[in-house]
Formats: sequence, structure tokens, C-alpha cells
Amino acid sequence: MMRNPHRTQRIAFFLLLTATLLIVVPVGYILLVIIQKGLPAISWQFIFDIPRHGMKAGGIFPAIVGTIYLVSGAIAFALPIGLLGAVYLSEYSRDNILTRIIKLAIVNLSGVPSVVYGLFGLALFVVFFKFGASILSGSLTLGIMILPIIITTSREALESVPQSFREVSLSLGASKWQTIRNIVLPNAVPGILTGTILGLGRAAGETAPILFTVAAFYLPQLPGSIFDQAMALPYHLYVISTQVPNVDEKIRYGTAFVLLALVLFMNLVAIIIRYRFRKRKKW
Amino acid sequence: MNMRKLKEFIIEKLILLSGLASIFFVILIFLFLMKEGLALFNTIKVSAFLLGKSWYPISEPPLLGILPLILGSLLVTAGATVISIPIGVGAAIYIAEIAPGALKEILKGGIELLAAIPSVVLGFVGMVTLVPLVKNVFHLPTGLTALSGSIMLAFMAMPTIVSIAEDALYSIPKNYKEGALALGATHWQAIHRVMLPAASSGILAAIMLGIGRVIGETMAVMMITGNAAVIPQSILVPVRTLTATVAAEMGEAVVGSEHYFALFAIGIVLFIISFIINVTADLFLHKRQ
Repeated sequence: MMRNPHRTQRIAFFLLLTATLLIVVPVGYILLVIIQKGLPAISWQFIFDIPRHGMKAGGIFPAIVGTIYLVSGAIAFALPIGLLGAVYLSEYSRDNILTRIIKLAIVNLSGVPSVVYGLFGLALFVVFFKFGASILSGSLTLGIMILPIIITTSREALESVPQSFREVSLSLGASKWQTIRNIVLPNAVPGILTGTILGLGRAAGETAPILFTVAAFYLPQLPGSIFDQAMALPYHLYVISTQVPNVDEKIRYGTAFVLLALVLFMNLVAIIIRYRFRKRKKW
Repeated sequence: MNMRKLKEFIIEKLILLSGLASIFFVILIFLFLMKEGLALFNTIKVSAFLLGKSWYPISEPPLLGILPLILGSLLVTAGATVISIPIGVGAAIYIAEIAPGALKEILKGGIELLAAIPSVVLGFVGMVTLVPLVKNVFHLPTGLTALSGSIMLAFMAMPTIVSIAEDALYSIPKNYKEGALALGATHWQAIHRVMLPAASSGILAAIMLGIGRVIGETMAVMMITGNAAVIPQSILVPVRTLTATVAAEMGEAVVGSEHYFALFAIGIVLFIISFIINVTADLFLHKRQ
């Protein structure tokens, strides 16, 4: 019996399309469910009120503020180190064993399970440095976690600046650092911004690294200093969906909606910057 | 003039230090896990820890055998791997080779979107949709099972598998495919006989990194696998993974207690697993270039 290769191809392509749909359709469904059930829960009061009655009523304001603090702290730590690290890889490193090890370390850092970051943050910042469970400990832990994202995207941005730009600057008598500061970095800003925002989004959504380093179960007031504990959106969603019985479904979906909207909004901004930059690029 | 030189000297040293920061942090993570975790082995033998069949950390004396947790992680991971390889690699082929221009961008966007959704949100959605579904389909007392975890984690591994496998297919020289087509092969024959073998090491790396993502995933798995620290007899019972154990119990463990040390020792196990997976996957990716 001869097999018809064109029929085989039709069947194969159909199966491949099915596989793709099996991923994309559930993604659409998840977004739809959260928007449909979460959006009606959103109100002025839900966003700007503190949780009340053991988190069964009221709003999520302290969790939103806590997440904003944590994410700002993480980026303040990770951006300078990540950006300079990217400058090293793009402008200074040679193709040698050290560079290879640095790249391998970055790959490993991005592969470390998020809960292991939590353990590390607990051992180093909370216990060893005695920062306690605090915004400082949580921010530093999240900062190290998002370092690989910032290094990788910034490096790509720096490397996409044409070599001729550097050569012109150097030939005019500028030093290597002047060339980097005045020519390479300004041309890489959109790419660096994209990486920074992706890092922000990642830090805002992670739960495991903040479990033992900062997150407060229920703290109906705003943190006063970086040595205070804070509530955070992802941990709050975990708490009200698994730890506290009989929380109104509306509050759960509303919290999930706010968290998802925050993270996806940041990703959207990053995508728009990347897209506009690609269109505008003159080289 | 000299001030400028000094300034540049300092800046270039800072750049070098930042370049080395990644190495520094990887070592720091490992050292601090060891510092807190190794203390456990003053009281318990490594073999009793890894192969002990009972995890009762708050009994007196505590029983700290993580075999049920290792098997829980393995079961959930194996299930997720079986589900995610055909679907993930299939989708990568479809997006890289078959989907026309505009559709391709939409599909890639959809998969990027999935990568961006926080795991606690996926866990929450899994709790309210997938868990009742599994319960009803298999007529179980609870839908919080290893199977639910496998399905959810397979889904979470997809973005990693699809994007790396797609890159691997994309980076095969065009003349491989053109050669096959010129010899009269159909498009599918060219994909199946020429491109897949040529991209095999990249696809293997994609699968390994997907598995790495699954083993390390914490929140979603803790929310939907039921957290029973017993040796699983089937995929339709609640299990507890290594990651979920750490996340669920560290809050209650007293700093400096055996329980605390044991949770850090689990962290060492997780760190070593992820290290091996990432280094091996990197070797595969490097081989391709």
C-alpha cells in the first residue's frame, strides 16, 4: 500500500495546528475568565481601601502599595548592576573562558527556582544581615532574581548599536568610556528600557521569593520605612484563595484582575517601545 | 586631565565588577544554602534524608525523609513533560514553518502573554477551573491531584519550549530545506526528515529548560496538587513537591531548628538539579552554534 505524502502532510499540519491551539486557546480563556469576573469587582473603594473583616471585605490598597515599593526597590538595585554588567559583556569582554563562565552564570541565575531565591533572601538578608522580614530584604531578593533579564536585554540593545558608530567616535579622539556614554548608551536606551520594564513585570508577579523575606499576611496599614513588612499583591491573592476560607469570589477575581492587569500593562508598554524603536531605527 | 583618567579608571573597574556580579551571586546563593542546609547532616545521614520515606517535620523527634517529596516532584514533572513535549514542539514547528505572517505574530504574542502571567494567577485559575474538571471527569473525592499539577505545569513550560525550539528551527540554514524540496520532498517530509534532525540539539535544550521550569515552579503547584506528603501510588492522588514543601513550611519553621535546616537542604537539592539542567542545556545550545 502506497502512502500518499500529500495526505500525510495534511494530517501532520492539522495536528500541528491543533497543538498550537491547545496552547493559545486556554490563554485566551484565562484572560477572558479573569476579565469577565474580575472587572465587575473593581471600584474606587476596592483599589483605595484597606482590607476589612479579615480580608473578606474592603479593598487591596496596602497590597498595591507594597508591590510598588518592592518593585521600585528591586529595580533600583538591579538596574545599575545589570546595565554595567551588560556594558562589560558587550564592550569589554573578549571571547575567552571568563566570558563563557559569566554567560553560564547568567543562565544559571535565570534558572534558579523562585522559591530558592526566597531561601537565599531569608538566609542572607533576613537572618545574616539582620534586615528582618522587610521591604529591603524583599527588594534585594527580587533584584537579584531579575538581574539576568536586565543583563540579557540590555546587552542585546548595546550590541545592536553598529560598530561604525563606535569607530567614528574613537577616531575623533574620544576615550572608550566617552564613546560608551555619549554614543553607545543613548542609542541603546529603548532596548534597555524594554528590559527594565520586563524585569519590573516579573518582580511584580513573583510570590515565592517574597514569602519569607517581606510578605505580611494581613497588615491593614501602609509601611512606614524600608525596614517594615508589607503586603504584596501576588501573596495577597495566594492568601485569600487558599489560606482564608469563604472569601467572596468577587474579591479573589478582583485581586487577580488587578495583578494581571498590572503585569500585562508593563509587558504591553515594553512591546510598544520595542516595536516603535525597530521602526525608527535608521541603520 | 588626570581627574578624567582617574574617573574613567574607576568606572571601568565598576563595569568589570558588575560583569562579574552574576558569578558572584550564583556562588553566594550556593554558599548560603550550604551554610544553612548542611547543618542538618550533623544529626541525619544524607541517605536517610534523601531516601527516608516519612516527612513529619513537626513530630517529636522530627522525621525528615524527603523521598515522598522527590517522588511527588518527579511524578508531576513526568506528567508535565509527557504533555508538553508533543504540544510544545508541535506548536514550535507550526509557528516557525507553517503559520502565515500575520497569524505567526499573533500566535507568538499569545505565547509571550502566557509567559508573562504570574504563576499565582495561573494557580488561582487552575483552582477554579481545572481542579473541579479533573474531579468530575475522574470521579475523585478531590481534584487537587498530581494530574492537575501536571496539566498546569505543562502549560507553564510551553512558552520556554516553544520559543527555544522555534529559535532552533529558525536557525537551520535555509538551503537544508530548499535542498529537500528540490529533491521532490513535500514540505512535511522536509520538516520531518531534514529540519527536525538538524535542529535536534536545540529542541532537546528547549525540552530540558522546560523541565527545569517545571521542577522549580512553586506557587501554582502548591495551590493545585493538594500537598499530601505521602509516596504517591497513582497520578490521581494529592502529592507534595519539593518546592511546595519549602514554600508552605518555611513560614512556620523556627530559625535554627532541624526543620529549618531540612528546608534549606531541600533548597540545595533544587539548586543542584537546576544547575545540572541549565549547564547541560547550555552545552546543547552551544553545540548547535
